[in-house]
Formats: sequence, structure tokens, C-alpha cells
Amino acid sequence: MDKKYGVYICEGCGIGDALDMKALCDIPGEEGVPSKTHSFLCGKDGVALLKKDIEEGTNTLVIAACSRRVNFDVFRFDGCIVDRVNLREQVVWSHPRSEFPALTEDQKGDEEHFDRLEMLAQDYIRMGMAKVKKIDLPEPYKLDNFSRKILVIGGGVTGMSAALDAAKTGYDVTIIEKEALLGGNAVNWRKQLPMQSPYEELISPIVVQMIQEVESASRITVKTETVAARIAGEPGNFVVTLKKPGEKIEFDVPFPIPDEMKVDEKGKELNAEQLHEKFMEYNEGKNDILSMDPEGEAFGAVILAAGWRPYEPEEGEFSHLGYGELADVVTNAQFEEIAKKGKIARPSDGKEASSVVFIQSPGAGEDDSDFEYAGSVTSLVALKQAKYVREDFPEGKAFLFYQHMRTPGLSENFYKSLQQDPGIFMTKGQVTSVSKNGDGLIVEAENTLLGDKIQVKADMVVLATGMVPVTKDDPVVNLAYRQGPGFRDNALFLDYADSNFICFPYETQRTGIYAAGGIRRALTVEESMEDASGAALKAIQCIDSANRGVSVHPRSGDMTFPDFFFQRCTQCKRCTEECPFGALDDDEKGTPKPNPTRCRRCGTCMGACPERIIGFADYNIDSVGSMVKSIEVPSEDDYDDPPMRILGLVCENDAYPALDIVGLNRGSYSAEVRFIPVRCLGSVNVIWIKDALSQGMDGVFLLGCKHGDDYQCHFVKGSELAEVRMKKIGEALSSLALENERVAQFQIAIDEYDKVPQIVNDFAELIEDLGPNPFKGF
Amino acid sequence: MTEDRGAPASESIMVVGGGISGLTTAIEAAEVGYEVFLVEKNPYLGGRVSQLNQYFPKLCPPSCGLEINFRRIKDNPKIKVFTLAEVESVTGTPGDYDVSIKLAPRYVNENCTCCGDCAAVCETKIESDFDFGMKQIKGAYQPFEMAFPARYVLSPQIIGTDDAVRCKEACQYDAIDLEMETSTLNLKVGALVWATGWEPYDASKIDNLGFGQYENVITNMMLERLASPNGPTKGVIQRPSDKKDIESIAFVQCAGSRDENHLPYCSYICCMASLKHATYIRERYPDAKIYIFYIDLRAPGYRYEQFYKRIKEDENVFFIKGKVAEVNEDPATKNITVVAENAVTGEKIHQTVEMAVLATGMQPTAANAKLPADLTYTEDGFIINDFEKGGMFAAGCANKPADVVSSNQNATGMALKAIQTLVNR
Repeated sequence: MDKKYGVYICEGCGIGDALDMKALCDIPGEEGVPSKTHSFLCGKDGVALLKKDIEEGTNTLVIAACSRRVNFDVFRFDGCIVDRVNLREQVVWSHPRSEFPALTEDQKGDEEHFDRLEMLAQDYIRMGMAKVKKIDLPEPYKLDNFSRKILVIGGGVTGMSAALDAAKTGYDVTIIEKEALLGGNAVNWRKQLPMQSPYEELISPIVVQMIQEVESASRITVKTETVAARIAGEPGNFVVTLKKPGEKIEFDVPFPIPDEMKVDEKGKELNAEQLHEKFMEYNEGKNDILSMDPEGEAFGAVILAAGWRPYEPEEGEFSHLGYGELADVVTNAQFEEIAKKGKIARPSDGKEASSVVFIQSPGAGEDDSDFEYAGSVTSLVALKQAKYVREDFPEGKAFLFYQHMRTPGLSENFYKSLQQDPGIFMTKGQVTSVSKNGDGLIVEAENTLLGDKIQVKADMVVLATGMVPVTKDDPVVNLAYRQGPGFRDNALFLDYADSNFICFPYETQRTGIYAAGGIRRALTVEESMEDASGAALKAIQCIDSANRGVSVHPRSGDMTFPDFFFQRCTQCKRCTEECPFGALDDDEKGTPKPNPTRCRRCGTCMGACPERIIGFADYNIDSVGSMVKSIEVPSEDDYDDPPMRILGLVCENDAYPALDIVGLNRGSYSAEVRFIPVRCLGSVNVIWIKDALSQGMDGVFLLGCKHGDDYQCHFVKGSELAEVRMKKIGEALSSLALENERVAQFQIAIDEYDKVPQIVNDFAELIEDLGPNPFKGF
Repeated sequence: MTEDRGAPASESIMVVGGGISGLTTAIEAAEVGYEVFLVEKNPYLGGRVSQLNQYFPKLCPPSCGLEINFRRIKDNPKIKVFTLAEVESVTGTPGDYDVSIKLAPRYVNENCTCCGDCAAVCETKIESDFDFGMKQIKGAYQPFEMAFPARYVLSPQIIGTDDAVRCKEACQYDAIDLEMETSTLNLKVGALVWATGWEPYDASKIDNLGFGQYENVITNMMLERLASPNGPTKGVIQRPSDKKDIESIAFVQCAGSRDENHLPYCSYICCMASLKHATYIRERYPDAKIYIFYIDLRAPGYRYEQFYKRIKEDENVFFIKGKVAEVNEDPATKNITVVAENAVTGEKIHQTVEMAVLATGMQPTAANAKLPADLTYTEDGFIINDFEKGGMFAAGCANKPADVVSSNQNATGMALKAIQTLVNR
């Protein structure tokens, strides 16, 4: 587009009182760019002024006023490039004139005094102008092939429920189920927990009715005894190869090679082509991820509802509870099977088991945890099974030993309904042993509500063992992604395919694939069905976003996507390896193949690229680099004691709002720092830091989200990767004879705005102590 | 691109309640492509979670997710937000509802720049509901720093006083409109999602636990405000009576919950919340003694269990299984004695501490004021979802007590149910 520039500076909210408007207008003036000031730019008259100029052809606007976090709608003009220069929150509100005085007439023009605030504002105007020159309006990415169909992996309650929900919303769905029949675990149940108020009575498993519904739904195709050999492609156009379980086919998904295979005998890293060779050797008989199955079926999105399997205790794992040694000690899943067959009979001799002990916590030592992979559902299942005993035998007795009866929310009603039953005894207690007692069992427990030490005779003992996500055994989704076939970092979640985000529970590291049900957490049927609806919505939303050419969460609606200048690619593979979402697949030479609809637009690839060949229409190496270069760095030629210049690259999601709040609260911090918001710290390319230092800036810091297991980075890995890069930059600095301390990264949460001034000022002080950058003035 | 047949539909969805559940439903539906009206009775979005300092178990600030959600709203013209708005009536059938909304006056129009000049001249101070009365704020105020919409509001208490006039005169942007009146807006929508949320159970109804009688007995939600950087004490937690640093504190679980005289159900979040509160105390006071009186510690699932385990490792956190029978105050020291029977040992415990926190539960908003629509409720005021009938759905804690993760899962699902109503009309 032919850009026609305009700079608009608001005088309101104290900006005009604190700053010399004429001097600010001189900056665009020097470049021949028209500028206008207005006392209240976001008001009706101000907006009318902008609209009039737009009508007359201005299409590239620098609006120097308040933060881009506010008046977002007022200053949005279709078809125009707009950059917001934050003169309010990050200049005048956070740098009061009382602390940063203006120059007196005498001081103006001497080499001793300077107006720090004015310099700050002027730099920001320069930076805004530099940026708009380098950015363009985005055009949406269009997929050549596009499918609206949804693939549901898993034909249990969750999968069927998601399929029904998506079908009712008008989407075609294919369910694949590895077993011969639909239904999953639920078909093995005698009864099911209640799903609605008053949550008191067991119900017949709804799975039966659900299977009928699925089988008669015209939009749903069911493929039993089927698994995904591989899922290639990207949201909107996943290309899926299906197969029978256990079959070996050439489109089985290949696995990345282990680290030890990535080096030669001498420990030297292999190059891209050698790596690919090893990869193909390692995956003999399988096609590379980039060879698309011509017979593959296209899907727009995937719902991962492959569920859970009952925990199988290892040999001797619960020997104090007799499991594995005494035939009548079983897990809850085994007990359910027995109960499903008819009257409860014990495994050892088939005799009626009218007295059953249920154990909710393994209770070794001080530990009061439930069994691994348990949840409130396992507490509820113990209660359910206690009711079976009472259903089967009028004189039956069920004893429950728990450490904590975990029946939260309205499920408390179910627990309460059992408390009325004279044949059900429940107590907190630590079960110390289960042993043989004639042809029955004897259970010993301590610290119970019924006494310090008690013994209970029983026909059977049932352990409330957990629900293991099938992702523990197998990636299941089998993604033909260079980073590997499964979700990454599931180890953080005990192998559940869960999200680490409390606010955004469907966000994982794989766009377009939404997990639901027992594969995420131990859940009841009711909870799984709710989760299935949510996952179905996200799948639909992803398909429609891909169709519109926009990103999904957290940059929902963003039309930009990374663009690669391949001629200069050196096949270093860093972008492919660092992308938190596995959006890139490199070919046998190591050249990345972008999959734009997998991309979440964080820019981590752009930050990783040493050749700087990756960029977005409105955010790229040059746009930020030009902003950095537009900062004026005063030297001793200008002033006797020139002020320092520090660059702050800040995460726009959390750190930038925190900086705004400092201004809103009229806090203050050093006026020597120039902030540039970045999409994510992961997108920070070290060239910007080198640019800053080589033009004489005295220090650079990154301000972004906390990382570690409880990461707060909205793009999962960004702040962590940035820290790794910052550590490496130290070597580059020493080669320039610059101190490592000149570059730093700080982690803050969005609500730690009170700490921001200190972080900024401490860093400024440290740089002051180091003295000026020796490159200054060159 | 192929034709967008899933969206947009000619009809729209109304979401009632702008807390985390309502926000989630509204945004998720809008990002599929539907028009959404988000109706919130407060002057700001964010609901209960905006009052929280941190979420369990990650100990991350709710404002982080709220900020992203607000940005999603800003970037999406399909969502129309109405604050200070309440639904007055709903008539019609699934796919075709007429909704009447009452908009209370904010007395501040869209000219507001949040410059704060009005608050600077306002002399009247009002009690902040947001801070449960623990803070006095100006009669012209911004609800909290990151509030959306970023706009001031005038308390009705100052309307008609000189203060209101002073505020109006101080505003350079003609943003204060004292003539604003309550108005009504009629909208047609195809589906409604009620995400009306919850209120902390009124602790003063629990006579034996001393709230409202003793200064040093507070509620869990009050502790959240004290711990928050934007709270009445800017995150300093001291005991209320004398602003003394805390050496000992007791948490009384199930304060009103699991109690036939109050809330018969379990409020789902209070155990995890108190464990989280133990971290608030520990962060500020490395040696303080923390006593947690509970019936069952409901930390189900791997993540919550891990969190509980971590707290248990702290040798100055004491867990006592026993429902608290009474809470007393020593009038001289203002110390609090918590009386309970240890359910395991049978021993009667009198634990004297400097302050006590009641882990009060959640009561659905609809328990105290039924909603003006054809909905069915449990005895306790939770809305029962009727998926057969469709059209109107409850999301989040309007439907059942839940934590934030479950509420968001549920709220995302309800966005789909609402869309189904439109599609299948």
C-alpha cells in the first residue's frame, strides 16, 4: 500500500501540560510528515479530525496519546495502519515534572542540562514513526484445502458426547474407537453416579442410550477397531491415516530420534541431512512426516477423548493391603466387573461377598494421599460400589476407610445419602494391613473415628485405585509433527493431556487438538460430558478461525502469520525446534515448512532465527530493529554528562499492562529506559539487543512472564526460551568487551506492578555503575 | 475460503454475568462468529475472580487471564458489553427471546479518560464493596486498576450533592453527566446463558463463629482482598484490631458449608483456597503458626493433591480434623480461641490464635434473588440445566459450586449449547 503518514499528538490527560508540543511536532516535521495536536483526541472532535484526514488519504497513523490498552475501539480505523505511542501512562503519568523538571530558559541549549521527559517523549514518537514505515496491513492466510469435519478419537462417553454436540451444531464427525464396540469403560459398569440434582440415587449407565443416539445420528460416522496411524497437516486441513490397532503400515507416525543419535562417534553434532538420514533409519518402514498420505482423510480439528484405563498395581505395590497375594483384594475396576455380572461374589471361591471394605487411600506411613491418578470420582465410585453391596444383600455391610472423603460441590449430596444407610460404615482411617482370616479377610486400621485401632472382618477388599490417562502409554494423537507425535510436557501433568492454564483449560501446545474427559483429569461422566461440549466448541471455533484466516487463542483474530524468506535460510532448525506449538516441520535438508494454522503467532520462531528471515506483516525484525535504531543516544559530544539509554523489551500481555498501571497509579521510574512491547519474550531476536548496544545504548533488559513448571507465559515457552538466549548472549558481549550485566531478563507477574519501578531503577543504577557503553558516540 | 456456514447466525446470544464464566462463554461464542451481548450488573467485568489475589494451585494472578480476556473483547466487535445492567424480563421461547435490560446510570460517559481529576476533588468517601468494606474510596472511582471498561463511575451516594457538581466541574472532558437516568433496553436474542455466579455466604449468619462480633475474625474473601496488591492494605496482611504482624492464625473450614443450618452442600473451593491462604501467610511470615480445622481436606486429583502435599511439608502448618464448634475472643488481647473436637483423638481443642479466617462457602446469586426468567432451581438456588428444552443455560457457579478450571470448562461447553439453539431453530 502507498502509505500516507500522519502523526497525531494528544494534549489531554496532562500530556500537553508536561511536554513541549511544538518540539514533539518538529520530529515528524523534520521528515516532512504532517502532524497535528488536539486537546482531546479520543473525544468526538478529535476522532472527527482523524477521520477527516483518513478521508483525505492518510492511511498510516501514529497516534501519540494514551496506552493502546485503552480507547482501542476509538482509534481503530479499517484499512489503516495505526500505531499507538504511549505518551500518557508510560511518559507523563509515570514521570512527574516534580521529579523530572523541565529546563529553564537559561538551561536550554547548554551542554549541561537536558530534559529527560521531553527526550523520552520524543524518542517514543520517533519509534512510532519508524515502526509504521516497516509494517503492513495483514492479509489472512488461506488454506488450499479446507475441511470442516471433526475427528473424535475415542468412542467412550466423552467422545460420543463431543461427537453428538458437534453434530447437533451442524458439523460432520467421525469417531474412531480402538475397541470393537462403542462405549469405553462405561459399558462395564453396573450403575452410574447421578448426574443431576438431587444427586442421591444411582442411575442406569447413560452410555447405552448414547450409543444408540450416536449410531442413529446422520452426521456421525463411527469406525470401530480403528486408531489414528498419523495425523498430518494442520487445523482446517489435517490429513489423517486410519488403521486397525496393531497393524504396521508405512504411514505409521515416525518418532524423533533420541538425543544420543544426534551426534557422530566423536560427539560432533550431525548436520540436517545426516540427521534426516538417521531419522529415516530409526523409523525404518515408515514414511517421513512430510509425505502426505494420498488416501488420508481430511479433518478440520481433532477432539482427543481417548480416555483412561484402570490403574494396574505393580507386583507388591500394595502388599500391605494384600493386593496380588489375596484373591479377594481387588481394585475398584475389578469390583465393578464382578458387580456387573450379578450378585457380588468373591473371586477366591465364588461365595457371596456381603461384607466389603473399601479403601480410598493406600495409607502407607504418614501419607494421607489418595491412590495415584485418583480424583473426587474415585471417592464417589467407592460410595457407589458400597451401595451395590447393600443392593445385593439385605444384611450386607460396606465399610469405607478414607483419609478425606472427596465429594466436592453438589456430589456431597450423594455422600450424605449414604450416611443414612445403616449398613454403610464410613470412617477416616489409615489402613495398616489386610490379611487372611479363615476363608475371609481381616482389615486393620488406625486413627479412625471409631477408635485408635480397629479390625473389620470382610469377604472382600476393594482399593479405590486411579484412572490412568491412556496418554501415559502412547501418544494416541500420533501427530506427524517434526517435534514428535504427542503433546509435549505431559510429564508435568502426570501424563494427563491437560492444560497448565486455569483460565484457558483447552489450551495445549498443539493447536486444533482439544482434549476432553478422563484423558485430562479423573472425571465423572457428568464432568466428562461438560468437558466434551467445551472441546467440541473449541474444535468448531478453530475450524472457523482457520477458515477466516485468523489465529486462535491467545491472539484470537490476529490475521498475521509468520512469513519466511527462504533464500537466506541456513537450515539450522532452530525455529522448528523452538516453536512451542510444533507449527514448523523441516524437510530432509532442514528447511522449515510452515503450517500457519498450527501457529499461534507468538513469534518465537522470529526470535530464534539467527538469519532473521522470519517476520509478520505488522511485527518483524526490521520494525522493532528500526524502533531501536530510532532512539537517540546522546554522547559526550552532546552533553558533558550524557544520560544513559536503556532498552526494555516487554511482554505485551503482562509486563506492558503492569507498566501502564504504574502510570495509572502515578508511580515513577527512570526516564532513561525506552520500552518496546513484544508479542512474547520468545519473539525477541538477539539482533535487537546487539543493535541497541552497538549504537551506544548502555543496557538492555527483558521483562516478561514467569517460567518453570507453573509457567505463566501465554505461549508456554516464550519467556523460558528468551532466558536461554539471554544466557548465551553473554559470550557475544564478552567478545565486544561489554559486561554481561548489561543484558538482563526479569520475571514479573501482571499484578506485580508495584515492583516494576524498583526493577527498572535497580537496573538503571547497575548500568550507571558500570559506566557508559564504550561504543557510545561511534 | 469456503462459505462460512457455521457462523455468523442472524441471531445472537446473551450472556448474563461478566465474571470468569460469563466472560468465557461470551468470548468463546463470539470467536466462533456469533454476536454476543454480555450483561453485567457491576460497573466492571471480572466478577469474583477480580477480587482474588491468586489462583490455586498455580498461585498466579487472575488479572493475567482477565487482561487477555479483555483484550479478546477489545479485538472482537461481535461482543457488546453492558455494565451496570440487569436483566429485567425474559419472554419467548428457545431461539426467540425478548429480553429487557435495565441500565443503571454510571454518571460517566465514554469521554472518560481515567485521568482521575474527578476523584481528586471528590470529598465524600464511601465503603468499597469490592473490598468488603475494609477500605474507604472516593465517591468517584475506578473499580480497580485493570478494570474493564476503563472508565470511572460515580457512586449514587454522591448524586445530588455538591460533590457530584465538583466532580463534574473538575472534568476537563465533559465526561460526567449527572442527568443520566436509569434506562431500559430491549434486545432480541436466540439463547441466554446465565452466568450469574455466586456470593460469599453471609458469615454473620453463623452465630457460633464470631464473625461481625470479633474484629479479628474475617472471611476468606476478605483475606483475598488483604493479600491483593490493589487491596485495602496493598497486600499487607496484619490482624485487623491492632495492625500487628501475625504469629498465629486459624482457618475454619466449612464455615456454613456442609451444614444443614446453612449451606447443605460442599462449596468446592474452600479447602484449596485455605491451602492457598496458608501460602499467603507463609510468604509474609516465615514462622507464623497456621492451624487449619477441617472435616475433610478436599484436594482431589493430582494437581490439588500435589499442592496439599507441598503445604503439609511446612512444619508450622497444623491440620486438625474437627469441625469448629465455637470461636471466642479474649477482650483484653483480642486474641481468638477456636474450639473444636479432634474427630480422630476425641480430644477437645482450644487453640488460641491472633486471628481467624472463616472459609465461608459460595451461595448462588439466584439463591437470594430469583432471576426473571423461566428457570428451575435446586432447593439451594442453583439453576438446573434442561438440555432437552434448550434455549437457556446456566454456566459456572450459577449451576453448581466449582473451581475456576471447571467453571471455564463448563462455560465453554455452554457457549456451544447456546450456539446449538441458534443453529437448530
